[in-house]
Amino acid sequence: MARRGQSAASAGPSQWSVEIGVALATTIFSIIVIVGSLKVGIGWGAEGPMAGFFPFYVGVMILIASAVNLVQALPQSREDLFSEWGQLRQVAFVLIPTAIYVALIPSVGLYVMSIVLIAFFMRWLGKYGWPLIAAIAIGVPVITFIIFEKWFLVPLPKGPIENLLGY
Amino acid sequence: MEEIGNLFHGFATVIQPFNIMVMLVGILLGVIIGVLPGLGGANGVAILLPLTFSMSPTSAIIMLSCIYWGALFGGAITSILFNIPGEPWSVATTFDGYPMAQKGKAGEALTAAFTSSFVGAFFAVVVITLVAPLVAKFALQFGPAEKFAVYFLAFCSFIGMSKEPPFKTLAAMMIGFALGAVGLDQVTGQLRLTFGFETMLTGFDFLIAVIGLFGIGEILLTMEEGLSFKGRAAVINSKVVWETWKELPRYWVTSIRSCIIGCWMGITPAGATPASFMSYGIAKRISKNGANFGKGEIEGVIAPETAAHAAGTSALLPMLALGVPGSPTAAVLLGGLLIWGLQPGPMLFVEQKEFVWGLIASMYLGNVVGLVVVLTCVPLFAAILRIPFSIIAPIILVLCAIGAYSVHNSTFDVVLMLVFGVVGYVMKKCNYPMAPMVLAIVLGDKAEESFRQSLLASQGSLKIFFANGLVGTIMALGLIALFWSVISKGVSRLRSAPAGRSA
Repeated sequence: MARRGQSAASAGPSQWSVEIGVALATTIFSIIVIVGSLKVGIGWGAEGPMAGFFPFYVGVMILIASAVNLVQALPQSREDLFSEWGQLRQVAFVLIPTAIYVALIPSVGLYVMSIVLIAFFMRWLGKYGWPLIAAIAIGVPVITFIIFEKWFLVPLPKGPIENLLGY
Repeated sequence: MEEIGNLFHGFATVIQPFNIMVMLVGILLGVIIGVLPGLGGANGVAILLPLTFSMSPTSAIIMLSCIYWGALFGGAITSILFNIPGEPWSVATTFDGYPMAQKGKAGEALTAAFTSSFVGAFFAVVVITLVAPLVAKFALQFGPAEKFAVYFLAFCSFIGMSKEPPFKTLAAMMIGFALGAVGLDQVTGQLRLTFGFETMLTGFDFLIAVIGLFGIGEILLTMEEGLSFKGRAAVINSKVVWETWKELPRYWVTSIRSCIIGCWMGITPAGATPASFMSYGIAKRISKNGANFGKGEIEGVIAPETAAHAAGTSALLPMLALGVPGSPTAAVLLGGLLIWGLQPGPMLFVEQKEFVWGLIASMYLGNVVGLVVVLTCVPLFAAILRIPFSIIAPIILVLCAIGAYSVHNSTFDVVLMLVFGVVGYVMKKCNYPMAPMVLAIVLGDKAEESFRQSLLASQGSLKIFFANGLVGTIMALGLIALFWSVISKGVSRLRSAPAGRSA
């Protein structure tokens, strides 16, 4: 990742540890796939190869690829940074609100949560004034509503507030 | 020439007012998608796919493919004016496009980029018109073994040609196959890999993966890099366009070479991004102005843009004729075909003539319309990019969530999308390619089905994949593609020529 500038003073998780972590994660994934395939049978059944036949070999190939990736990652330098803590905090600033957004959609409804999400970002990261925030945070879901529910008849998840409004 | 007649029928379909409107909307949306960070061709099309459920398949594919053309055009705008590639395939355009803009020649650079894009795409559409029906006719004879061989070739090319480490490509691809296998087994009707979770019964939809990997993942990356847009102003008027157009024919050799590189890389699923880099690299080596590349040479804009568009467009050829998409966006379009109830592959040319030729005709028209739209509306699109990220980011997140939800009306899919987003972020940072993973999720079922049918026919012997000349040739090509980097290294070592050709 040459495009990210790295100074010696900055701190953060090393690329090495993340590479190893990813290789281990794919290894675990491959074992899950192999176990799942063995459960449904990987042999030759009445209709030819059984359901687990193809995924089993796919799992084996993930296992082999993970092992090679792990071996190739081990001798790499531990100096390179995956990312600085400050940068990761930036990522978390997006990730955590989005996770809350996604988690609350089923109960609160997509439209209301979208208003909250947009308003939150504009206020917190952008420091905009409330009139502009209100215009965009309410405008976007309203336009979405018109396009999706009215023109293209695609229903989106709604919660108690939309129900109150009669939808 | 039966094809010419079909093509004219296609034009008649496209010229209907509704389809023209859909085309314009598609191009505009596409350029916006191409300009915005975090929204690219693949996930843009994936998000808007649900909107087309109520349209006729022909109008739907016109809209979605036009979004794709628009996105291809749009990538050049951000590269040249902002030095930020809106799309991976426009990275090479920044090398000379941005220096040109710094010298105050943004208008020339943009005109050259758009015109080259148009030339590349047009060349590729002509290739599709002439070659796709032949390929489809040929492919009609394919049995399961040949079909599997074609998939094999496609996936081997990924491993052999991608710039990522081969075992990371293999891991990403196979994880895609595994995710695609979850749920109902198509052949026996048995459930597998669900581990008793009810939400896993339907398996993983690749549209969710596309929106998460490319959309959310990209936003996280953008956030990490802390983008600030400092753009150059662009003036495009008819005089600049005219002056540039007068200059362009001088570079016809570069253009044709880039078209051919692009088409080749697009049809073999290497894709637009490597095509643009390869074309740029070769142009730099061959051109007599090669030393000036990187300082604002117009040829350095023409070469990658032509190739990227030729590749992006020709990626639809294998999708239409064989049912094997050449790029993630083509894969999403293929997913669209399945949702509209059409079976991609050679039979499409027999059973859905109106659809196929409508699509091909719309490619001609869509690119002409696209060229006009981008040339006239550049200031507008540049203004969109000046909207701060703190406003754009949540809107894109909302759009991604809507897109993910509306595929199956499932809120669990929205959660999955977010998970894929985090996975995509880590994959990108660790140099795992995402395109093969997405393609494997899409094609997994079909590849597996043809594989199992072949084995059934041969009673389990793998010899069936080398049983006749045709299937053997395709498999051999696949193996060559798989070991391409090893082979080309060996060849260059033999010649003791400077390395780097295989890149």
